[in-house]
Amino acid sequence: MPKVKIDGVELEVPAGITVLQACELAGVEIPRFCYHDRLSIAGNCRMCLVEVKPGPPKPQASCALPVADKQEIFTQTPTVQKARKGVMEFLLINHPLDCPICDQGGECDLQDQAMAYGFDRSRYHENKRAVPDKELGPLVKTSMNRCIHCTRCIRFATEVAGVEQLGATGRGESMEVTTYVEQALSTELAGNLVDLCPVGALTSKPYAFEARPWELTKTESVDVLDALGCNIRIDSRGAQVMRVLPRLNDDVNEEWISDKTRNAIDGLRHQRLDRPYVRTKGKLVEATWDQAFAAIAAKLNGLDGSKIAAIVGDQCDAESMVALKDLMASLGSPNVDCRQDGAKIDGPRGSYIFNAGVRGIDQADAILLIGTNPRVESPVLNARIRKRYVHGRCPIASIGTAEDLTYPVERLGAGPATLRELVDGKLGFFDKLKDAKHPLIVVGMGALAREDGGAVLAMAYELAGKLDAVRDDWNGFAVLHTAAARVGGLDLGLVPGEGGRDVAGILEGCQKKEIEAVFLLAADEIDTTKLGKAFVVYQGHHGDAGAHRADVILPGAAYTEKPGIYVNTEGRVQVGRRAGYPPGDAREDWAILRALSERLGKTLPYDTLHQVRARLVAVNKVFAAIDQQAPGAWGPVGKPGTTTDAPLASAVANFYMTCPISRASRTMADCMASRAHLMAAE
Amino acid sequence: MLGDKDRIFTNLYGVHDWRLAGARARGAWDNTKAILDKGVDWIIDEMKKSGLRGRGGAGFPTGMKWSFMPKEVKDRPHYLVVNADESEPGTCKDRDIMRHDPHLLIEGCLVAGFAMRANAGYIYVRGEFYNEAQHLIAAIKEAYDAGLLGKNACGSGWDFDLYVHRGAGAYICGEETALLESLEGKKGMPRLKPPFPAGAGLYGCPTTVNNVESIAVAPTILRRGAAWFAGIGRPNNTGTKLFCISGHVNRPCNVEEEMGIPLRELIERHCGGVRGGWDNLLAVIPGGASVPLLPKSICDTVLMDFDSLRDQRSGLGTAAVIVMDKSTDVVKAIARLSYFYKHESCGQCTPCREGTGWMWRVMERMVTGDARLEEIDALEDVTKQVEGHTICALGDAAAWPIQGLIRHFRPEMERRIRARTEKLAAE
Repeated sequence: MPKVKIDGVELEVPAGITVLQACELAGVEIPRFCYHDRLSIAGNCRMCLVEVKPGPPKPQASCALPVADKQEIFTQTPTVQKARKGVMEFLLINHPLDCPICDQGGECDLQDQAMAYGFDRSRYHENKRAVPDKELGPLVKTSMNRCIHCTRCIRFATEVAGVEQLGATGRGESMEVTTYVEQALSTELAGNLVDLCPVGALTSKPYAFEARPWELTKTESVDVLDALGCNIRIDSRGAQVMRVLPRLNDDVNEEWISDKTRNAIDGLRHQRLDRPYVRTKGKLVEATWDQAFAAIAAKLNGLDGSKIAAIVGDQCDAESMVALKDLMASLGSPNVDCRQDGAKIDGPRGSYIFNAGVRGIDQADAILLIGTNPRVESPVLNARIRKRYVHGRCPIASIGTAEDLTYPVERLGAGPATLRELVDGKLGFFDKLKDAKHPLIVVGMGALAREDGGAVLAMAYELAGKLDAVRDDWNGFAVLHTAAARVGGLDLGLVPGEGGRDVAGILEGCQKKEIEAVFLLAADEIDTTKLGKAFVVYQGHHGDAGAHRADVILPGAAYTEKPGIYVNTEGRVQVGRRAGYPPGDAREDWAILRALSERLGKTLPYDTLHQVRARLVAVNKVFAAIDQQAPGAWGPVGKPGTTTDAPLASAVANFYMTCPISRASRTMADCMASRAHLMAAE
Repeated sequence: MLGDKDRIFTNLYGVHDWRLAGARARGAWDNTKAILDKGVDWIIDEMKKSGLRGRGGAGFPTGMKWSFMPKEVKDRPHYLVVNADESEPGTCKDRDIMRHDPHLLIEGCLVAGFAMRANAGYIYVRGEFYNEAQHLIAAIKEAYDAGLLGKNACGSGWDFDLYVHRGAGAYICGEETALLESLEGKKGMPRLKPPFPAGAGLYGCPTTVNNVESIAVAPTILRRGAAWFAGIGRPNNTGTKLFCISGHVNRPCNVEEEMGIPLRELIERHCGGVRGGWDNLLAVIPGGASVPLLPKSICDTVLMDFDSLRDQRSGLGTAAVIVMDKSTDVVKAIARLSYFYKHESCGQCTPCREGTGWMWRVMERMVTGDARLEEIDALEDVTKQVEGHTICALGDAAAWPIQGLIRHFRPEMERRIRARTEKLAAE
């Protein structure tokens, strides 16, 4: 390891890092604008200049200079100070003095660094440059006068998002960051441009002029809008969630989040269930908690357990799921299912999680996607696959209908028959997988949530065996879920018990009047018309499909309004925290179930969140290891059998609207309209 | 003064045949195989001994540059790239080489390519040089047809292919790494160094970029011997050099002369002297637009080579001598250069992008004296803030002419400011 001397302090640093990174290790702060850990090095802002010995007699850009043994680095000399002040002055001469009306104010790199390196007055007496604003779609607002040409946005769009739609035109001071043709960016990661922009040139359109950063309460939590469980920070003011930002976690989302995660939050303000309702004479009438519970008790008391069923939604926290599971058990009902989409998953844990982990993608050297379009199912995970592709030497193939994934994919075919051929070694890609040290098989819900899902899963299992993809040092069998609650639900065993019915069975039972009461725990993705004449209790936070059909509505809390544990597609147990309270009379979900159980005479044995979480661990010990990905057992899964010709289409048809929250979001509706416009233009 | 026997560019003025037959008659392509047969090490050693310094402006020793290429070809091919994007204002030497003596350059490419173990060479020709590129292409075809290029070039056993690529006329593409970017089909923006082209250049492969003149003189040096070349000029500033003299002289011209010739002798012997006589001289920009100008007092005695001009805080640059007599508005002249640099800045890095525009605007006001006296200091300070802080040398090139102006003509700038202030006060 090279030894360097930074401002007189000797330090051993890892070989191959840059001078800027070495300075960070030494605790010396280097100002920068263009440098970003996760993007290529541009070296164009010239703010990070330092003096280096041995080296030329002029300051060097530390972001682009590799460390060398016996290097002496000076970060505080008069030359360096002068250089930085000079660069700062240059950046400011054409930067508008509009901080008071700029949304970046208070969290602006330029503002902060101007405090350290700026002058208090300008020597520039000429006119400032004026640059026309650009249209980047419904999420990113531009104010291009403020642009300092660091090119972070261009590099992000090109390298991470994989859409080569941003670039610079013009030369010298006429250089402009633009989309070339005036159109929205066709990426699901556009919101990250706002985070990356060190100044106020790119700000959030939905959040424009809403709040100042210092007014906001910051809560570290977890996202539930897809199954990746991106780590987020919820910024709220009072009860209102103002914005969602990514939190750094290299194991999960690095520092990106999808546009839905970031911008669907206005859906939390619309269509909310803020009080209980009871259906009387065919109409839903506002009620008290007492009345609602009484209506449920009246129906359920004396009803045989086999006539009661429960369906669990896609965004439920583990606490409410375990409470529901216990309640149904005490009512004697085996009819519980957390697989609204009917995915044929019922094997050991290793067969339903993304075993390789998101980090495993970096290691993979051949990837097969089966029935999944990660770009819409989990854009951040897709960016990780793209990162792997950019790194090189990793063939990627797909069986299904996924189109543009932002990286080249060999399309093997669309239907299960293609998978059969691949398993039998009849396709060339089999050899590529076979030759790979770390083959990764990604199975999406598009492959499993179908009649022959069990047979497809069995083939995937067979393939994993043939490729020796599951072994002690590598587990390349990866299921990509679309529901944030799914893995948690499966871990807690929210699947039909002995003789119980699954979702299809429950709906069939409803129509045959064999099921008389159905409890929907925030379940909106089923066909509610098939609930027949059953008595439906809906507990959830949005007036969506489930609530419309319900006979009793119990208002619950959305993910930002309750502490909750979620297990992501990797099987990683993560904790979400409360950023605000649910509206009106709505309550935390496990507490509602606890209160209901008391009215039904089946009091659940926990009174505090702590006790519920103890119960979680008792049910499955994976819940004890927060932020960890517990490995899952592996064994034969699926049901070998015949398959249909239907293509393995992605489970997500429309990225922007996949859940009650995003369906209630106007921003997401705008995004859809914008994307539709783009598609039409193409 | 350089004797005719020592001239390398014997068809500089295009009076003879530029094609292969003519070039051969003048000695080009004369047993090139023998040069190659002496081996890579001999060639590089001979180039080092000749003391040839790069003719593109920076004056880096050519032999040493060639020796930076990896000693053997591994998984990546080596490339020779010739910088024929001659855009430095005042410079027109490469142009005349390409149109009047293209075979000197082509033979040089083979020798240089062989010395750096490259099987392919690219000549990046300035976009505006359409006719020059046509001559070059025709000459390359002749060379192929005569077996001088291509497989087993000159019967040496070495394969060498040569391609001509025309740029689109951006000054910045004459910067070697911007040139490589442009050659790769990207926007012409200089790269960060390190890595240097010898390590990772064109398409990430080991590459050496040389000026046209540096390459074109190589075969003659190798044929006549390093000692001959080193015997011309002064130590560390050896050989012959093409000077491009323009501006207020009686006969502007390109001329091949000995390095270290006194500036006055150069002008008086070859250009018929300064318009109106030597005493009518105001200033000279000795090495293309990028170097600081020299007032007459220095021009009286200065020698035209790298080191003497550096000692006068200017530079030889491309040896494009721009002569200005006393009729010149020297502030306006430098302001025009500032506009050029503002226009040609690529916009990538902050000091150059923002600084060139700022400097030009202030210079425009300086022309009319529409400024305050302290703004001269501020302007000089701004040039210092640009200089040495940029990715490539364009920032330096934009700063130096202004620094030279302030250094030598500050009284004139102050006079204009005072005159304007007084005039306004009088009104």
